[in-house]
Amino acid sequence: MSELKSGSNLEKVLKAGHFAFTGECGPPKGANVEHLKEKCSHLKGYVDAVNVTDNQTAVVRMSSMAASAIMVTEGVEPNYQMVCRDRNRLAMMGDVIGAYSLGIRNMLCLSGDHQKFGNHPESKNVFDIDSIQLIAMVKKMRDEGVFLNGEELDVAPKMFIGAASNPFADPFEFRVHRLATKIDAGADFIQTQCIYNMDKFRKFMKMAVDMGLTEKCYILAGVTPMKSVGMGKYMAKRVPGMDVPDEVIKRIADAGKGNYAKEGIKFACEQIEEFKEMEGVAGVHLMAIEWEERVPEISKAAGVLPRPVMD
Amino acid sequence: MTDSFEPQILAFCCKYCAYAAADLAGSMRLKYPDNIKLIQVPCTGRVDIIHILRAIEDGADGVYVAGCLEGECHFLEGNFKARRRVKYVKDTLEELGIEPERVEMYNLSSAMGPRFAEIANEMAEKIKKLGPTPVKS
Amino acid sequence: MIVADRKPLGELLDMVKDCKKIMVLGCKGCVTVCNVGGVKEVEVLASSIKIARKKDGNPIEVVEKTIERQCDPEYIELVKGEVNAFDAVLSMACGVGPQFLAEAYEDQTFYPAVDTKFFGGAVQHGIWEERCAGCGTCLIHYFGTLCPIARCSKSLIHGPCGGSANSVCEIDSDIECIWDTVVRKKMEQGRLDDLRQVRTPKDWRTARDGGPRKRKREELIS
Repeated sequence: MSELKSGSNLEKVLKAGHFAFTGECGPPKGANVEHLKEKCSHLKGYVDAVNVTDNQTAVVRMSSMAASAIMVTEGVEPNYQMVCRDRNRLAMMGDVIGAYSLGIRNMLCLSGDHQKFGNHPESKNVFDIDSIQLIAMVKKMRDEGVFLNGEELDVAPKMFIGAASNPFADPFEFRVHRLATKIDAGADFIQTQCIYNMDKFRKFMKMAVDMGLTEKCYILAGVTPMKSVGMGKYMAKRVPGMDVPDEVIKRIADAGKGNYAKEGIKFACEQIEEFKEMEGVAGVHLMAIEWEERVPEISKAAGVLPRPVMD
Repeated sequence: MTDSFEPQILAFCCKYCAYAAADLAGSMRLKYPDNIKLIQVPCTGRVDIIHILRAIEDGADGVYVAGCLEGECHFLEGNFKARRRVKYVKDTLEELGIEPERVEMYNLSSAMGPRFAEIANEMAEKIKKLGPTPVKS
Repeated sequence: MIVADRKPLGELLDMVKDCKKIMVLGCKGCVTVCNVGGVKEVEVLASSIKIARKKDGNPIEVVEKTIERQCDPEYIELVKGEVNAFDAVLSMACGVGPQFLAEAYEDQTFYPAVDTKFFGGAVQHGIWEERCAGCGTCLIHYFGTLCPIARCSKSLIHGPCGGSANSVCEIDSDIECIWDTVVRKKMEQGRLDDLRQVRTPKDWRTARDGGPRKRKREELIS
């Protein structure tokens, strides 16, 4: 990691050894640019980069590329998400170049939720390539300056390449190997699924450290503050691959009505404190879903301010 | 019409139970409607979907299959197969807009003469209420 | 085999609503094996149609016939003298059958009586599961002889995705997560390294993406 691969703010922060802090923002369900700008204004200065979701949970929204480009003009660094569900390799490569041309420097390569969960379950999915092949493709474009077929590109898109990892899906013993494959494919940084089961995550990180993965890649631990008991129960029961231990839900419930959100944020801050010290963890990815306005408060409470200013 | 309506009912009876129970009902001189036509089968597992459908097609007002008590089938599971097939025919009738109650499955043993008569009366009453089959030849 | 499901009766009745005399034509190939379009199912469909039409006071004549295969011109040829005597023919074969029939008998109207579903097999009597997507380039030997193209909801080459939990797929708890099975099999065999390779994107030209497919075997063409 001697030279900068993309020169993105996130890459610089991580490379300089700072504890990174990234946020997340879902594009609007329509062309409400003002709403998008307002949402990202809450994040400006409080995070190093903001993930821009790509038709998250298979619900159609403003494209992640357009929303990312708007963020660039607003002075907030986007982490442009791309899923394999909605486009084939031609569209993907075109979009990677397009995104780079619009000033986007980070991207997160994902398989994507199945369209069954979304608002157009009758649609055809693509999955021409999978997330690991997408990582390898973007790396090839960046480092070799060629398309997937080997043809040369005129100007290579220099992206800082991210990938997701879910330590809580099954089979647990394999998750770290899939992470390793993503790193082999070319992932520069990893953002994990939201963590609630700290014991399991500690085990996962120990395996990653033992395998030397944290030497090759930056791992950002996923945190989502729980807003309510209902949200916790919903995630525990309905979201596949999510691990929300009963004691976490109980802790939120025990805080009593009116205090759930406060307790949720308190728990998140305690987690972040632990991540700061945990071997191999390079930062935190805060997914405050539809809660962007609380990010300043959360980042302050988590003690991650001020964010480093890189040049 | 309804008053004088005497339904034509077909009953597929397993020889090990229902058919023997019919004999018993006869020797006990129990009354049951005489317009129920019994067809003896070696096991209700022998009754196929098409047999029931053909009966409906040919104008039967009701059809039932009477097999051994569950767990007592001479061929182990013939009566379970029959139950699933009766269910299939009921679903088909429903799709076609015909009352699925015109077709039923019953279970009894050879010793249940009175139960045989009771089933026959019950079925006849039910079909009388439903009226003649809408399937006119 | 090719696995199919019979279309709902309402849809079939609508297809033949103006007909007075039809043929229901079965196939002794795959659809017989998967209990959808063989001799027995032809009988049941014919009877069901007759019941419905009698009920409506508009009886219909239904002739039943089942041929060896509907995906071979030599068997299609066998109904030559008969098909044109009907107002329409309902084919109970997979999607190939009615097309072969229509190509051979241009003046007749043929309807598909079944919805063709997938390439699969019976895991137990009455339950069929998909096993092959017909992608044209078999890769199953890399994955413990299990096909992720046909059996993973996202056709992942590097699975399982983050939605795999308790060995079932995130989209339906009735669907096995095939990647979970692949991984467990490889772990048991001590061959996890097989799954640590970054595989090049699949060449889909051999699948339907390469256009309609055709095979020519010179040694067989006479």
